[in-house]
Amino acid sequence: MPIIKTEGLTYVYGEGTPFCKTAVDNVDLEIEEGELVGIIGHTGSGKSTLIQHFNGLLKPTSGKVFIDGEQLWKDKSHLRDIRFKVGLVFQYPEYQLFEESVYKDIAFGPKNMGLSDSEIDKRVRESMRMVGLSEDIMEKSPFELSGGQKRRAAIAGVMAMDPKVLILDEPASGLDPKGRDAILAQIREYHQQKKNTVMMVSHSMEDIAKHTTKILVMNKAKVFCYDTPVNVFHRSKELEQMGLAVPQITRVFNRLKAAGVPIDDDVYTVEFGKKLIMRLLENR
Amino acid sequence: MENFLSAKDLRFSYINESAEEPTETEVLHGVSLDIKKGEFVALLGHNGSGKSTLAKCFNAINTAQSGSVFSCGLDASKEENVLPIRQRVGMVFQNPDNQIVATIVEEDVAFALENMGVEPKEIRRRVDDALKTVDMYDYREHAPHKLSGGQKQRVAIAGLIAMRPECILLDEPTAMLDPKGRAEVMKTIKMLNKEMGVTIVLITHYMEEAAQADRVVVADSGNIIMDGTPKQIFSQVERLRSIGLDVPQVTELVYLLRKEGVDLDAETITEDECVEQLLNIFKKSN
Repeated sequence: MPIIKTEGLTYVYGEGTPFCKTAVDNVDLEIEEGELVGIIGHTGSGKSTLIQHFNGLLKPTSGKVFIDGEQLWKDKSHLRDIRFKVGLVFQYPEYQLFEESVYKDIAFGPKNMGLSDSEIDKRVRESMRMVGLSEDIMEKSPFELSGGQKRRAAIAGVMAMDPKVLILDEPASGLDPKGRDAILAQIREYHQQKKNTVMMVSHSMEDIAKHTTKILVMNKAKVFCYDTPVNVFHRSKELEQMGLAVPQITRVFNRLKAAGVPIDDDVYTVEFGKKLIMRLLENR
Repeated sequence: MENFLSAKDLRFSYINESAEEPTETEVLHGVSLDIKKGEFVALLGHNGSGKSTLAKCFNAINTAQSGSVFSCGLDASKEENVLPIRQRVGMVFQNPDNQIVATIVEEDVAFALENMGVEPKEIRRRVDDALKTVDMYDYREHAPHKLSGGQKQRVAIAGLIAMRPECILLDEPTAMLDPKGRAEVMKTIKMLNKEMGVTIVLITHYMEEAAQADRVVVADSGNIIMDGTPKQIFSQVERLRSIGLDVPQVTELVYLLRKEGVDLDAETITEDECVEQLLNIFKKSN
């Protein structure tokens, strides 16, 4: 059974006004449990609108959303439970920190779930460790932290709810290269340890290529494709036509191919590109 | 060429006054940097390296505790120079939503000119020119909040251009934009530099953007540690990595292949250079 499923999901902003815009158009999608999904698409392609349906922040204009087999909005009283199942980390989540200590901020979600104090304590510590925050800062005000630490604390707050699905909207945006790599590596490790489903929106094809098991490409309110990275980057020409920036390394290998170099594979990481060239040179 | 921006032994500390005992954190430890008129400089460094603080010193937002800062020949520590410097050295920030004040695009671009007391006719002319320059003229009567991030950043840049600055400092102007918005803003920046002779200081985390500059300056923990052409800087892959920075993917590929003994130019920083060299190698080995 897929963990997330949509049937004919459609969402229209400002219906009945002159500004009416279909942001998600008749989307059928099935996400299997345990995937690490990257979501890409240019601005306005509908990716943020789509993910907001997965924990019931938006109600579909038409169509259905199923989480873990249960249809959202069918019984409104279940909505709260479903929101605990799907954790959503917004873009720039550090602006949502509000408590007087890092500990209390991370504990806010689990507390609202009605967990015992000892369970909350366990979860707070575990999620801090997961995002690489040292316990020394637990009693500090979240506003005293650096930008990167704030981001981690905010992500830890959602991880602490131990959702079955963790969705992150551009978790690495605005960070420097080291901070970006560290956060993405931690998300990947979280995924491997928990074996749950993780989805992350990113504008960086390089990041998506390096870290995900499946890629969902949104274009003009529709799903362009949902497939493995290899198969998605196989269509790199179409992605470029859509205005998406494919990794520089992919462009290089596409040009080599076009110039007649015998390359069959699609290259989307530097490491793989290097191996391929070494293989070609050795075979001569 | 004259030095347009010049810092000498610049020290700067942030003072935390909210604490009971005010604490001082020094972020610039005696920085010296000269930037010539018309240069396009990319300023790199990880978060907390002091690069934004340095840019704000040039714009007279921050005042040095010791050492000197001269912007367009004026001493930035003197109160009477603050406004003249800000009119000639403009600054664009990361978040497009934080820098737009008006409800109509053209009014936003006119905002600074009105404050400067420019003649209404002249304002009209400059606003139109500026919007055409950044290719946003068709949107002059639109509401800014309905624009995309890249469009908003270009409106913010138009607001500066209308003031006819000689230099623009941009602090991660593309960090919050999608690839399309990023490309639009980069195109505008390069055009201002190449065609209008505006001195550009671009702070960025995108190495492909920095590779397009004439000169790359790297800051690390409050000091300038590297300064050279993009080729000279990016070819030092290990050193950049050690301070938490990246290199363009093609540079990394060439670096890895060279380690395996493949004969390639370590100073490869563009896609074209990389493709050309690899094709040559495959031709030779045929």
